[in-house]
Amino acid sequence: MTRRTRNWLLLAPAGTWFLVMLIIPLTVVFIFSFGERAPAGGVVPAFTFEQYANLPARWAAFKNTMTLAPIGTLSALLIAYPLAYYLAVKSSPKWKTILLVLVIVPFWTSILIRSYAWIFLLGGRGIPALLELVGIEGVRLINTPFAVLVGIIYGYLPLMVFPIYVSLDKLDKRLLEASSDLGAKPWRTFLQITLPLSIPGIATGCMLVFILLMGEYLIPALLGGGKVFFVGNALVDLFLQSRNWAYGSAVAVTLVVVMLITVTVYMRLINRLGASREDVSIM
Amino acid sequence: MRLYAVCVYLFLYIPIGVIALFSFNAGRHASQLQGFSTKWYGKALSNPFVMDALETSLIVAFTSALCASVFGTMAAVALQGIKGPIRAAFDLLIYVAVMIPGIVIGIATLIGLVTVFDQLNPLIAAIWPNGFTPPKLRMGMGSLIAAHTMFLMALVVIIVRARLAGMDRALTEASSDLYATPMATFRQVTLPIISPAILAGFLLSFTFSFDDFIIAFFVAGSETTLPIYVFSSIRRGVTPEINAIGTMVLVVSLLMLITAQLLLQRGGKKQNDSR
Repeated sequence: MTRRTRNWLLLAPAGTWFLVMLIIPLTVVFIFSFGERAPAGGVVPAFTFEQYANLPARWAAFKNTMTLAPIGTLSALLIAYPLAYYLAVKSSPKWKTILLVLVIVPFWTSILIRSYAWIFLLGGRGIPALLELVGIEGVRLINTPFAVLVGIIYGYLPLMVFPIYVSLDKLDKRLLEASSDLGAKPWRTFLQITLPLSIPGIATGCMLVFILLMGEYLIPALLGGGKVFFVGNALVDLFLQSRNWAYGSAVAVTLVVVMLITVTVYMRLINRLGASREDVSIM
Repeated sequence: MRLYAVCVYLFLYIPIGVIALFSFNAGRHASQLQGFSTKWYGKALSNPFVMDALETSLIVAFTSALCASVFGTMAAVALQGIKGPIRAAFDLLIYVAVMIPGIVIGIATLIGLVTVFDQLNPLIAAIWPNGFTPPKLRMGMGSLIAAHTMFLMALVVIIVRARLAGMDRALTEASSDLYATPMATFRQVTLPIISPAILAGFLLSFTFSFDDFIIAFFVAGSETTLPIYVFSSIRRGVTPEINAIGTMVLVVSLLMLITAQLLLQRGGKKQNDSR
């Protein structure tokens, strides 16, 4: 058996699987998005942009996603950065690994159960009840944008901490010493050395979290109580309740396209940021 | 700084702790502590719906993690020795599988398979011998396993490839210089080095499949997995039983994760020692 045939045989199962379970289904979604709704709930083959023209009917879902996803990503970044900094720069080597594992572990456990925990905490007998004990009454937390935001931060914080930690950990600590030896104040060292050198980690973390948030369904469904809904919630409604496959496909295609555009623009910006800094450092 | 870190860890672990605490609550109400009891665990474990869902979840997680580990490893090994368009195509496939939101994968699998099944079912009925009821293809455990395997394969390829890339080339070269057949080189040199990564990939895949809600929600047909059961119970209201199930699910994932982590670490150490 030649090397070539061997490689082909090794790749065949995975290749076939990707073709049947990824490429064909995604193509069907793309084709259906130009179709018309059949009375029974399926799709009548057609070539029309009607579904796309109807997209404004689900504008609220897109608007919520495109506001809460960036806000959630930024909040997670603001909370994650100091922790990643602490882990990479300040914590003792003995504790480092275990502390890092403790951050990542929640990400790999059920997001369903973890979001459920917040229904419990934010619900009427949770934190609002505790607040009543100290005299603050009538606070409503569950089923608000705030609840969804808390769920998002809670769910995706680990994913943000990890890449930032990696970039801060790689950072040559001698640079920090050199900076302070040359008389720079700590905050100046941070702004001019630590922060710029951790931009790749920040960029990766933000992109990972943002991509996952764009397709989020569970957190708004559980903590938003039908008032704060994402595109994911609209998709579940369109495919599983009203069975409008053609329109649902158009919404799904739009979601993926918006995601790709955002990520591409974002990568360009980050690259440009990196490039312009290199120019400066050459000078 | 340390205080801040402590606060973030509390934020991460208090909600999980509260769930675990309340799962041992003796009281009827989900949110008032009234003494210690394990009765909710007993109740959950004797609920036929929970046990059915658990069985489905375990079968799906085991089968798809196994398929993903085998096919993913095969692909990763082959990709190691390939350049050019095929490698680029696979890189793209893996990127797409990981990038596309789970919900879109679920939707695409649902309408893609239903459409294909609608075409195939009459065909099968036509060629089936008279007198027997022809099998009918429909959404269920099979389609769920297929969908999970697709996504998890991408994950396994990424993990195994990382280990292969870190492997010392000289080892396989030495083996073939000593006239070992490619198969012998693979079995005696490559496989021992990448096996911790494969096993870790299997465990992570198992955890992912076991915890997945969104793909299963679309693809499982009339089957109920444990996350689907939990989700629909939450919709009906918060009960101590869900706390007990949730705690058990968390403990299972934790055990898997710790094992995977230990494997990856030990594998890494061994490899460094051998150099």
